[in-house]
Amino acid sequence: MIRRILAIARIEATITRRNRWLLMATVIMVLFAVALTLAGSAPTGSLGVNMLTVSVASMTTLSVYLAPLLALMMAFDSIAGEAERGGLGLLLSYPVSRAEILLGKFLAHLTALGFAMTIGFGTAGALAAFFGGVDAASLIALLRLVLTSILLGAAFLALGYMLSALAGSATGAAGLSAGLWLVFVVLYDLGLLGAVVFDAGGWFTQQVFPWLMAANPADAFRLWNIAASDGVAMATGLGGAAAALPAWVAPVSLSVWPALGLLLARRFFARLEP
Amino acid sequence: MADSILSIENAGKSRGALRVLDDVSLRAEPGQRIALLGHNGAGKSTLMKAVLGLTTLDDGAITIDGARPGSAHARTVTAYLPEAVAFHKSLTGREQLTLFARLADCPVAQVAGYLNRVGLAGAADRRIGTYSKGMRQRLGLAQVLLGRPKLALLDEPTSGLDPISRHELYAIIDEMADHGTAVVIASHTLTEVEARTDRIAILRDGRLVADDTLANLSLRAGLPTRLRVRAHADAADRIASETGGTRVNGVSVDLLCTPDRKMAELRRLSAMGEAVADIEMHPPRLEDLYRHYSKGDGQ
Repeated sequence: MIRRILAIARIEATITRRNRWLLMATVIMVLFAVALTLAGSAPTGSLGVNMLTVSVASMTTLSVYLAPLLALMMAFDSIAGEAERGGLGLLLSYPVSRAEILLGKFLAHLTALGFAMTIGFGTAGALAAFFGGVDAASLIALLRLVLTSILLGAAFLALGYMLSALAGSATGAAGLSAGLWLVFVVLYDLGLLGAVVFDAGGWFTQQVFPWLMAANPADAFRLWNIAASDGVAMATGLGGAAAALPAWVAPVSLSVWPALGLLLARRFFARLEP
Repeated sequence: MADSILSIENAGKSRGALRVLDDVSLRAEPGQRIALLGHNGAGKSTLMKAVLGLTTLDDGAITIDGARPGSAHARTVTAYLPEAVAFHKSLTGREQLTLFARLADCPVAQVAGYLNRVGLAGAADRRIGTYSKGMRQRLGLAQVLLGRPKLALLDEPTSGLDPISRHELYAIIDEMADHGTAVVIASHTLTEVEARTDRIAILRDGRLVADDTLANLSLRAGLPTRLRVRAHADAADRIASETGGTRVNGVSVDLLCTPDRKMAELRRLSAMGEAVADIEMHPPRLEDLYRHYSKGDGQ
């Protein structure tokens, strides 16, 4: 089983490298991370934290948008596209299970995403550390940012496969992926914000809102990074919601999503007739 | 029969109100080459997908070497060539075939040999995106050869191939059959499968309307043999009136006769002596048979 997963992962990794996905994702990550670090270094003095901490806070906000986007762009074509080209039927005529195909692709895509994240955030972090100094806390915050970004990417890779198996065509999968991104990353927060404003600090805001926020992987990612670092919380001003929840909630939510997504993807993939 | 590689028993499947497969039974023994013929939408591809376990049947059962379609054993012993397969453009032929070898648990060292066998040795390290349609088809064929399958399902294997490649394709199919592989070829290029298959099965609207050797099918259909008689000088009119044939162009007469009347007609013609210059014989071809069975005349 491992042998077949690795065979699929190897070929997917070659494809990711060949069609310049890996290069593009890495360049995008480096450009955005470096730009944010340099542009966002202004409030350093007034908040009394070092430049790397501010940089991590800016990059946390960036990653909420970028990690799901990159992951979905990598994932949306992987099942629907292959089914359309006629390659999926052939692949499934070999003794390889759908779960193995899925895990192989996941492994390759996650590695590519992890590479892009590490290089991108690493470069920006090194830059911030070089110009603005560094301490142990901010280094840990950077490391946490990289790892949680990879987890966030993993969640959206899995959700992307699910949509790809569900859609039946690559264009359909692309549309669904754009919708999913919009809902999880933008509309969900807007909805919650609206509810909080309407509720005006009542029971919903106190009891329900933090849990609803943690249920969304993108927000769980934000909460985890904020709750774990005082400096980052101060720099983003989002500490309130994070403080209302037990510390384990956001990490558990973010870790459960990739597994849940893969299970859902496996389920819809099983129904697909190539 | 225990030694059937492929055994399809009363297979049936509906898509909505449409009966795409209806009571289809078919067997393939080791080393047999079977042509599966039918119009577009007659159920050929559905039947192949059912054998591969990619789609499920509503009725009946299929076993491959004693195993259920889609089971690990069935997939190990079956090779498949989809119609117009598109591999990933950015991979090379060697990389693509290496993946299949790994999945089929076949030594990766053999990949070069299979690429050579289908004439792709020179293009092995070029990207599939640069391949012609015929080269992609050959790559598809190379993956069929991997691991000496017991059953090979080829969906329109000759599409996109030039005549020489087609000849090579059938040489490879013969070689597989000699090694004991049962080969099922879905096709509608009839002239090629005619001489190259042991049995012919014809699907029409999801039903199997014929499954026999070419000779038996011809016999059962009772289609006439056409004799084209070329006359000397102005004897054509006389021949036409004496034999009841029809005049075609200036000097020829066409006669239709049933297989058992053929020799009698020939004797009668040769008795006409100098008036007959030449006789061409056209036994019913697969195309006539196919038309006969697939239009329902055989029922």
